[in-house]
Amino acid sequence: MNWRRLWAIVVKELRQLRRDRITLAMVVGIPVFQLVLFGYAINTNLRGLDVGIVDQANTAGSRALVLDMLATGVVAPVARADTPQELMAMIRRGRISIGIVVPPDFERRRIDGRAVAQVLVDGSDTAVQGAAAQLMQVPIDSAVPDTRAPLTSTPASGRISVVGFYNPQRRSAVNIVPGLIGVILTMTMVLFTAIAIVRERERGNMELLIATPLTSAELMVGKVLPYVAIGLVQTSVILALGTWLFEVPIRGSVLDVYLASGLLILANLALGLLISTRAQSQFQAMQMTFFVFLPSILLSGFMFPFAGMPKLVQWLAEVLPLTHFLRLIRGVMLRGAGLGEMWGDVLALAAFVLVMMALAILRFRKRLD
Amino acid sequence: MTTGADAIAIRARGLTRRFGKLVAVDHVDLEVPAKRVYGFLGPNGSGKSTTIRMLCGLLTPSAGEIEVLGLRIPAQADELRPHIGYMTQKFSLFEDLSVCENLEFLAAIQGVPKAKTKARIDALIGQYHFGDRQKQLAGTLSGGQKQRLALACAVIHEPELLFLDEPTSAVDPESRRDFWEKLFELADAGTTLLVSTHLMDEAERCHRLAILDRGALVADGTPHELTAQLEGRTFIVETADPRRAQRALDGVPGVLGVAQVGNTLRVLTAAGAGDVTQRMGQALAAAAQKAEVAPAPPNLEDVFVAATRKGDGDGERAA
Repeated sequence: MNWRRLWAIVVKELRQLRRDRITLAMVVGIPVFQLVLFGYAINTNLRGLDVGIVDQANTAGSRALVLDMLATGVVAPVARADTPQELMAMIRRGRISIGIVVPPDFERRRIDGRAVAQVLVDGSDTAVQGAAAQLMQVPIDSAVPDTRAPLTSTPASGRISVVGFYNPQRRSAVNIVPGLIGVILTMTMVLFTAIAIVRERERGNMELLIATPLTSAELMVGKVLPYVAIGLVQTSVILALGTWLFEVPIRGSVLDVYLASGLLILANLALGLLISTRAQSQFQAMQMTFFVFLPSILLSGFMFPFAGMPKLVQWLAEVLPLTHFLRLIRGVMLRGAGLGEMWGDVLALAAFVLVMMALAILRFRKRLD
Repeated sequence: MTTGADAIAIRARGLTRRFGKLVAVDHVDLEVPAKRVYGFLGPNGSGKSTTIRMLCGLLTPSAGEIEVLGLRIPAQADELRPHIGYMTQKFSLFEDLSVCENLEFLAAIQGVPKAKTKARIDALIGQYHFGDRQKQLAGTLSGGQKQRLALACAVIHEPELLFLDEPTSAVDPESRRDFWEKLFELADAGTTLLVSTHLMDEAERCHRLAILDRGALVADGTPHELTAQLEGRTFIVETADPRRAQRALDGVPGVLGVAQVGNTLRVLTAAGAGDVTQRMGQALAAAAQKAEVAPAPPNLEDVFVAATRKGDGDGERAA
């Protein structure tokens, strides 16, 4: 490895990138655009959801409970009904997102310490489920001082049961922004290097390069390095926007976030290079990129819960770098875990980088035949 | 051989390359003398580019042996690379880098010592007239300027051997003349040049020449040697209706080729076709054409026609 030649490739790539307006726009544009788009679609601070109410008890206590729930601002009443069945029909039709049911024996349940009310949730929208959870926090006994039962300190949880329909697997929306770092990096990084080699072949530069003393390793590493820097810039943009716009917490260390991101960036760049040594044209490279991109989004656990997938699909998903990255980044950002505690996924990513890079270097021949 | 005393830069024996069923290069034997401009003349698809690519180690031959600068190719291709420059047929520099950036990039890749890089680039910018265009993007240069830049980049590390694949096919005559000046300067300085072309006027400039046709080497020698062999076999026919006269002459035994040049016809005859002028006169008379047939000095186009028709005409080997 000749460092001067390697550096020459890096400088060349950066100079070319500087003049490539569209790619440059992709570097910043895609993270901002996607984050805002995804971010607002999964807004966790939902307010004024349409709610239907069935108060079969109609006591002072039950009325106070319903009023307390409305006072959270999460829901706004649009309909009243007499039976839970009517509410469910309304949810099915999409007229309301949430139904509140207070059963006739509300007072007795309150004294017995059983669930006093039921919240019916349209689970086809994960954000609504998140909002409904807030209703569970409403205190049951504070509204009406109860002299008969000294249970004023009863914790609210468990006393109002939430029943999700259509999607019993409740997922936190905060999951999405950390995952989005991975999705955006997968989308842009693979594409950057997937076209890197094939573009030079199409433009005729490759015939010049392979007639020089430049080695495969110098060319491959030189093409990857500038994009690592760009990937880290993208990561920063997403993190900054995520914390600023959507108040996504970073509970673990920021260094760990960048280390995990760096690994994913390398994995995707190396994969892109491998695609590039295979593809015959830039268009073909794009097509191959989509073959990687779609399973990454669908199987990594970004969109659908990993645990719910069949074993075979899970094994397949283990091959995708995004799967491992999602576990790492959610662990670090949301659970405050350290990378050392999740070394299995770190190793998997590192192994992926090495294998892909080695394959790309081996596959690239300094020959035209 | 007039340059027999000189060293040989490239030697190839039985060089063959097949792409599937197509034989692109067919048992070519080649000896290229050092410090000369050696031309590859042939039409498109005659195997010029494929031969050049095999000689510089970019393509693996299907059969045959190659020795370039004393190195066995393709086995020692990596050792050869620092000593050669290669100017591809298609412009292969980076169009989105400036003139200077392209030169800097190649200087680093080709291992020009860091301390000498700036002086070398400045010298090339002066020699190749890029003084006022250093910051211009290569993609926005004219055809002639692009070729000059490509040549400057190909010689930045002062290679012993320079391969040029149809360097001036897309360039106007004025730029072409400038370009050839540069090539001769390089040859004078001791560089061996191998230039492929399909242009006769370029071929005439070469010190030595090989003619390729459908993958086979059909003639080689100095331009003078090649044309001398056709002495007495070329004629100019002046007539009022060249197209009708051409039809009349086409079938005459011993006539290898008839080509219209302005208002005259240029006729190449086979070797040993003694009374061919008489037969031509009869054919023209039969077609009621008033025409004058006069001998003309042979040129490289005649050499090319003679060499490529030898398989299907009744002529003999041209070289």
